[in-house]
Amino acid sequence: MKLLNNHLGLLIALSVITLLAVWPLVTQKPADREVAFTILRAVALASSLNIILGYTGYVSFGHIVYFGIGGYVGFYLISQQGYSLYTAMLAGGFSAGLIAFLIGKAILRLRGAYFALATIGINQAILAFVANFDLFGGPIGMNINFQLYQDYGGAPKALQLAFYIMVGITFVTVLVSYAVRTSKFGLGLLAIREDEDAAEVMGVVAPNAKTWAYVLSAIFPGIIGTLFFFKNANIQPHDAFPLHTSIELLVMVMLGGYGTVLGPILGAAGYQRMRGLLLTSPFFKDIQLSVAGILLLVIILFIPAGIVGWIRNRFPKTRRVLQ
Amino acid sequence: MTILLEVQGVTKHFGGLQALSKVNFELQKGEILGLIGPNGAGKTTLFNVINGVYPATEGRVIFQGKDVTNAKTYQMAHMGLARTHQIVKPLNELSVRENVNVGACFGRHRYGLGKANQISDETLAFIGLANRADQLAGSLNVAQKKRLEMARALASQPYLILLDEVLAGLNQSEIAEMVEMVCKIRKQGITIIMIEHVMEAVMNVSDRMIVLDFGKQIAEGTPQEIKNNPAVIEAYLGDPELAKKLMRKAAE
Repeated sequence: MKLLNNHLGLLIALSVITLLAVWPLVTQKPADREVAFTILRAVALASSLNIILGYTGYVSFGHIVYFGIGGYVGFYLISQQGYSLYTAMLAGGFSAGLIAFLIGKAILRLRGAYFALATIGINQAILAFVANFDLFGGPIGMNINFQLYQDYGGAPKALQLAFYIMVGITFVTVLVSYAVRTSKFGLGLLAIREDEDAAEVMGVVAPNAKTWAYVLSAIFPGIIGTLFFFKNANIQPHDAFPLHTSIELLVMVMLGGYGTVLGPILGAAGYQRMRGLLLTSPFFKDIQLSVAGILLLVIILFIPAGIVGWIRNRFPKTRRVLQ
Repeated sequence: MTILLEVQGVTKHFGGLQALSKVNFELQKGEILGLIGPNGAGKTTLFNVINGVYPATEGRVIFQGKDVTNAKTYQMAHMGLARTHQIVKPLNELSVRENVNVGACFGRHRYGLGKANQISDETLAFIGLANRADQLAGSLNVAQKKRLEMARALASQPYLILLDEVLAGLNQSEIAEMVEMVCKIRKQGITIIMIEHVMEAVMNVSDRMIVLDFGKQIAEGTPQEIKNNPAVIEAYLGDPELAKKLMRKAAE
């Protein structure tokens, strides 16, 4: 019972993901599976972003860059070098982590708005680089030959497989997010978020902790990038590094509640669902991004701690549970 | 007696401003050293140099026999140096216990979370904040935040603790409690340097005192010696002759 109480927050989080995973299996509709895939992708990306944004307090505006890097590296290995999806996903995650390490060493010295601006700059710089990089197909990008899906039992089976892998990645991402939140490493990150100078005075080695948090928050987007573009069968620079998706991820984290495990999950699921409805509505379909902007404004003005944060503040007893 | 800290000819410039010039002193293990001086004398700057917030322009700082002039603040924390801030720096969105855990987890011993929780509870009981452990640090009042700073510093189990105006802004009874606390900390074998403006308190607890004025060390000695030092009186009151007259009058 005590165990249940201590981990109730995690249990709620995992139940949400389980529901998303089971729903298309019950309805047996490929369309539902695609919706669930998109939501799970958002959950995993938002939970990853939350490690650097919510726990460490560094606003990474261009975080989608790691999704793109992982996507491109993995896609190149699958489509041009004939590697399996699994090897490619590992390579995608690894290369995203490695590049985050190098970039992190350089830009994590910046604080506040300067860091946020630098992350946007990096996304745009890498987008421009890839669009001119012939090995990755330049501005046209690359395609997968459909024959390749035969290795996975044909295209429909491959899509099914991609969904299961996405479920698995989302579970792992959330477990990692929870492990970080409740660990000593996570305590150091939270201390940095609250007051970096005070944290260093107390002995937190902030430069290292920030770098590892940044690397950790880049690895899963890298893996997801490979998986997503494998399923997509095609990769292009503007699909791999969409800045507006980066901003939407911020909205998701802020909506659910930054710095909590559950927040980004609820935020991502809620936002993604709303986005789906807006895109299918004749009035909103062209202006759905401005709804995201207005939403962010409303959150920051009225519930800066997000939904989960608001509940935590309103009902202090939930604080222990909703981590 | 062993020497814990040596400050050798420390000078610090900020552009054209000379914040510290050739400050020299040694600190014995187990001592309480009072650091006083008028506003802007360079007291907090001296703490920042010892603590590694910024390096000295000239001179050396030696802690436990090691040259730490260019050490980072977190390296100093790992070596057993802790401090409190004049302007308190609570980790507002974390609970009081979590704040103290940071000290225990990343200080000298770098304990794991389990052990840190235990140390935090002991430290909070010692410092008198046990009933606030689950509250957010941001919701404490100023006196409690000062105690929290002390608790965080203590939880790292340091050899030396730098107290930067822990009495400022407290009322009489809070000052008395805090002074008692400082004496208790010393009894645990922790060496203390304290910056203080509340003269009576700092004179009572210090073994030895150093006076800074415009970055220069103008006096050093026991509280008795400092009290009667004309240079000190001048620094605080301007004219030493006038000051002496005033003090004589006050004594009568």
